[in-house]
Amino acid sequence: MTTVIIDYGAGNIQSIKFAFERLGITPKLTKDWEEISSSDRVIFPGVGEASSAMRKLKASKLDTLVPTLKQPVLGICLGMQLMCNSSEEGSTKGLGIFDTEVVRFTNKVKVPQIGWNQITDLKSGLFHNINELDYIYLVHSYYAPISDYTIATSSYELPYSSALRKNNFFGVQFHPEKSSTTGEQILKNFIEMNPYDAYSN
Amino acid sequence: MLTKRIIPCLDIKDGRTVKGVNFVALRDAGDPVELAEIYAREGADELVFLDISATEEKRKTLVKLVRDVAAKVNIPFTVGGGISSVNDVDVLLQNGADKVSINSSAVKNPDLIDNLVAKFGSQCIVVAIDAKKIRDVWKVHLVGGKVPTEFELFSWAKEVEERGAGEILFTSMDHDGTKNGFANKALNRLSTERNIPIIASGGAGNTSHFVDAFIKGKADAALAASVFHFKEIRFVELKGILRQNGIPVRL
Repeated sequence: MTTVIIDYGAGNIQSIKFAFERLGITPKLTKDWEEISSSDRVIFPGVGEASSAMRKLKASKLDTLVPTLKQPVLGICLGMQLMCNSSEEGSTKGLGIFDTEVVRFTNKVKVPQIGWNQITDLKSGLFHNINELDYIYLVHSYYAPISDYTIATSSYELPYSSALRKNNFFGVQFHPEKSSTTGEQILKNFIEMNPYDAYSN
Repeated sequence: MLTKRIIPCLDIKDGRTVKGVNFVALRDAGDPVELAEIYAREGADELVFLDISATEEKRKTLVKLVRDVAAKVNIPFTVGGGISSVNDVDVLLQNGADKVSINSSAVKNPDLIDNLVAKFGSQCIVVAIDAKKIRDVWKVHLVGGKVPTEFELFSWAKEVEERGAGEILFTSMDHDGTKNGFANKALNRLSTERNIPIIASGGAGNTSHFVDAFIKGKADAALAASVFHFKEIRFVELKGILRQNGIPVRL
């Protein structure tokens, strides 16, 4: 079993690596096309601003690889947002894996949302052994609205997608690597899921 | 629902935790990594590490500490103290810090906020503001509250938000170390005027002070040090009381 974290220069990925190491898994940080393609699990991270992260992804020529991957892929935070059609942030065109548009919270609430919120309407094996209303840690100004791909919901200003899924592609808006034991369980579920199950539910 | 955060602050000198009373006298309260792990397990929502030993040699010790904390702790943490350049921030984030907090360097060079936000994003840039009320005006202070500036708290906070900071950590120097409660009136005004999260700091002495910071002060998070380090307040007990008062918390 091999796990890679796509290292395209968009933010702090040490935390994700450390979180896996606490689970006894040693992921490889790489932007090598072959290494990513042949890995059993792929983590697609990202923090920072959407358009500059997308530019870095394109510079590494990984924007064409990611949508073609067949193994379970987990986008985290901005990684998840880049897997959508577009983001309002920097008018960014995304990878189009999730057919949905990422938009900004309005100023009716404090932006960014920073802190621990809850997840509900959990719909995937990604949330095996996770309870409704468990707490996860988020830091974000933009969100994916509720759609057919929504597998977990959080509420801030309105209910929105805290996690998305299409076939083998998973995305979480929250930071599992910083979400205490709940986050660790979600990362463990992602590693342990049967890859064929990724295509059912 | 988004919950209110409880944040223990670990003042770090020479790789050890210390807590200043009014930022002057220091007491040794333990090993930071071990303490961080305990706090994470016992229900702290985030951690802040404030390095008060800002010489070049000591900063290398800080980077190692950041790495050790990141390897062991499964909740977010912020690192502050003596950060004055994009490179300083880069090193800390690369070693696993989730956020950094800047203070004096932002006052001396406000463009630093814009530069950091452009490079790393708002989400990881906290601007700490130490202020003290002088003749009814909240004046921003530097160097742990020793040096007054011409900056006024509320206008500086506005500028900090406009320049893109993700959060403001407001410490009232009049309240810090007193254990008489947070500066709730100033907090309330900050939190109402600003559209980014406000972390309250300075003055925590008992659990009702936290209730007040969230209800009267409308803070988004509350930070304290000695009440946690000396086990005067336990996270579970504090959060139970907050919840009884209708304040959403992660329990």
